[in-house]
Amino acid sequence: MPRPPTQTPQFSSVADVSKRLATAGYLPDAQIATTVFLADRLGKPLLVEGPAGTGKTELAKALATATGSELIRLQCYEGLDEARALYEWNYKKQLLRIQAAQGSDGADWHAVHDDVFGEEFLLSRPLLTAIRRTEPTVLLIDETDKADVEVEGLLLEVLSDFQVTIPELGTVTATRRPTVVLTSNATRELSEALKRRCLYLSLDYPSAEREREIVLSRVPDLAPGLAEQLVRTIRALRALELKKSPSISETLDWAQTLLELGLDTLDETAVRSTLGVVLKHASDQDRAAAELRLN
Amino acid sequence: MTAPSSATGGLAGHLDGFVRAVREAGIPVGISQAVDAAEILTVVDLLEREQLRHGLAAVLLQRAAQRPAYDVLFDLWWPLADRPAGDPSDGDAEPGDAGPGDDDAGSTLDLPDGHGDERDLAQRMREELARLLVDGDDEALRRFARQAVDQLGRAPTSPSGQSYFGYRVMRALSPDTLVAQLLAGLLGDGGRGGLAEQVARQTVRERLAAFRAAVDAEVRRRAAAERGRERVARSAVRPLADQVDFLRAQQADLAELRRTVAPLARRLAVRLSARRRMGRVGRLDFRRTVRASLGTGGVPVVTHHRPRKVHKPELVVLCDVSGSVAGFSHFTLMLTQALREHFSGVRAFAFVDATDEVTRFFRPGADVSDAIGRIGREADVVAFDGHSDYGNALEVFADRWPSAVGPKTSLLVLGDGRTNYRQPGLPVLADLVKRARSAHWLNPEPRRLWGSGDSAADRYGEVIDMVECRNATQLADFVTTL
Repeated sequence: MPRPPTQTPQFSSVADVSKRLATAGYLPDAQIATTVFLADRLGKPLLVEGPAGTGKTELAKALATATGSELIRLQCYEGLDEARALYEWNYKKQLLRIQAAQGSDGADWHAVHDDVFGEEFLLSRPLLTAIRRTEPTVLLIDETDKADVEVEGLLLEVLSDFQVTIPELGTVTATRRPTVVLTSNATRELSEALKRRCLYLSLDYPSAEREREIVLSRVPDLAPGLAEQLVRTIRALRALELKKSPSISETLDWAQTLLELGLDTLDETAVRSTLGVVLKHASDQDRAAAELRLN
Repeated sequence: MTAPSSATGGLAGHLDGFVRAVREAGIPVGISQAVDAAEILTVVDLLEREQLRHGLAAVLLQRAAQRPAYDVLFDLWWPLADRPAGDPSDGDAEPGDAGPGDDDAGSTLDLPDGHGDERDLAQRMREELARLLVDGDDEALRRFARQAVDQLGRAPTSPSGQSYFGYRVMRALSPDTLVAQLLAGLLGDGGRGGLAEQVARQTVRERLAAFRAAVDAEVRRRAAAERGRERVARSAVRPLADQVDFLRAQQADLAELRRTVAPLARRLAVRLSARRRMGRVGRLDFRRTVRASLGTGGVPVVTHHRPRKVHKPELVVLCDVSGSVAGFSHFTLMLTQALREHFSGVRAFAFVDATDEVTRFFRPGADVSDAIGRIGREADVVAFDGHSDYGNALEVFADRWPSAVGPKTSLLVLGDGRTNYRQPGLPVLADLVKRARSAHWLNPEPRRLWGSGDSAADRYGEVIDMVECRNATQLADFVTTL
């Protein structure tokens, strides 16, 4: 088995990861920073799993910014296939080429044949694009659990060897290995084989301290006292058994809302009137109102 | 207990022991992962314990549910060095002394030797704890927990060695009685009773839980030093949430279980409803195909199809809620509730010795424990003595809701099939199975007990597909094979 090309690591230490991600607007905790560092050092794909809204996709974006790479995103969905993930021949264009050749006499069939399976007629999809790039790349495979099991087999091949075989063109091997981040909401167990090839990072809602820092860095105009109150209220909401717990981005939305409304304290009235920003199910709102004694 | 020795062989051996302990705790670790773990040791800064913890977790774990067990084992195998905890007065010492590298074994603690002193000490530490809990500094709290175990958790020395107990610390400090004081501290002069108090209560709960966990971890560490970590590991690691036996689930497991079951329910609903994925394309859409062919010079390269009609599925859940399967019925109702959340065509029926429809208690967003209480009070599930009577229950079901099971319905029976030596009602069930599109029975008892005593599970198994379903893992297996 050919070894994937090795390259110089992009981070010098765990502290370096933390610093550069923070500059890119993402505040990692020790676990995130360590795992990202290891993924970079060992050259392994990073599998990030956790509930919706804990910053999985955001991590990949920040990683791209921090390393000055371009982000290539493959959004998974049910029914995703090779033609959408890897590459496809542009057969409409091929057909036109053949028809054009028929019009002008004397065109050699062999020339046309070689011609229509050339670079010009290849539609590169995210996986192939990421492998062929020579500049630094972060390949984000988003919501892997939504894709069908067959796609995992395809990913295995691409992620272990970083090469793609196109029958008509030959094998394309990565000249520069992309940093791969896979995300999953854990609605489906990914296959053991895929997990084994990845470093596993389980993201949960952040600690109170970290969430407060995130709020203050993203909504800098918010008073620190109010941020503290906000984060504690969010944590109280997450402790309830809700259909959908408020995510980090909803915390930020809430902070923004309070700021826009010019509220300087989060009391019963303020929460009641803005609860729709964080809880989006009627039953969740009812429950929160009852448990937090909003009435 | 010494930290990993500096010799490479010793370190590799130590890692091997750790990996084996992780496996023993029910976390599957393959050989390639073990090799990766060794590689981690060469990359991370070994003096940074947290880096090592997260680094090894990244290669050894595959699911979030495995993390608590892993953390317990990690603390046993890579313990903090045995250094004295800081003095109570310098609770906010410089952050640098958190690392395991700076051993400072020189100083010793003044241990109280009198009885009066001990009460005095407990009182002082209690005040200190209250102060730390209001502050909410995690690191200081952990340091305090170690000190508390050292000074208050010591059992009288016995010939078998020194032991420490978490309950002794808890008894001396009784942190639960601090709640009122903490609330006052957190709320200041603010209003009581409303939102602020609920939020503060949550904060207090979190911090008390963190303190308790820190005390337990410290007790385990000391026990491991005394009795060997293998022995402690075996008793300290709780089974993973998806392997907890439904019949023995405790209150604490249920919340965890609910999280595991919710996504499974969604998948189960999808699987039972229809095989939409099998043939996604429907009839050829001639008009669109011809239109699209214009782009390729009249050659219909891509064919377009009409979407398939979406099959509106129905699911009937019939669950035993008698006392003998109390733990399981909590789970089955949890499953029913989760199914209802995703899937409007679910009808739920509960039975003990008679059957009643309980769908109305499970409207989306309802609380499961609420629903269980209401079923007990309002539903008509007991006809005679409150002991399971499958025969009567099935008859009542087939009698009162003859149209509930039809050719579009999937039937799911949940129960242990213990009939109390009464009529099993096999013909009724066989008839239901024949009418339904598909039928399955999930049984919470181990397969070897089927048919023993008053269990009619083996006889039911002849007319319906019966599946052993004792924990969330088996449920997941069932869902995937469906």
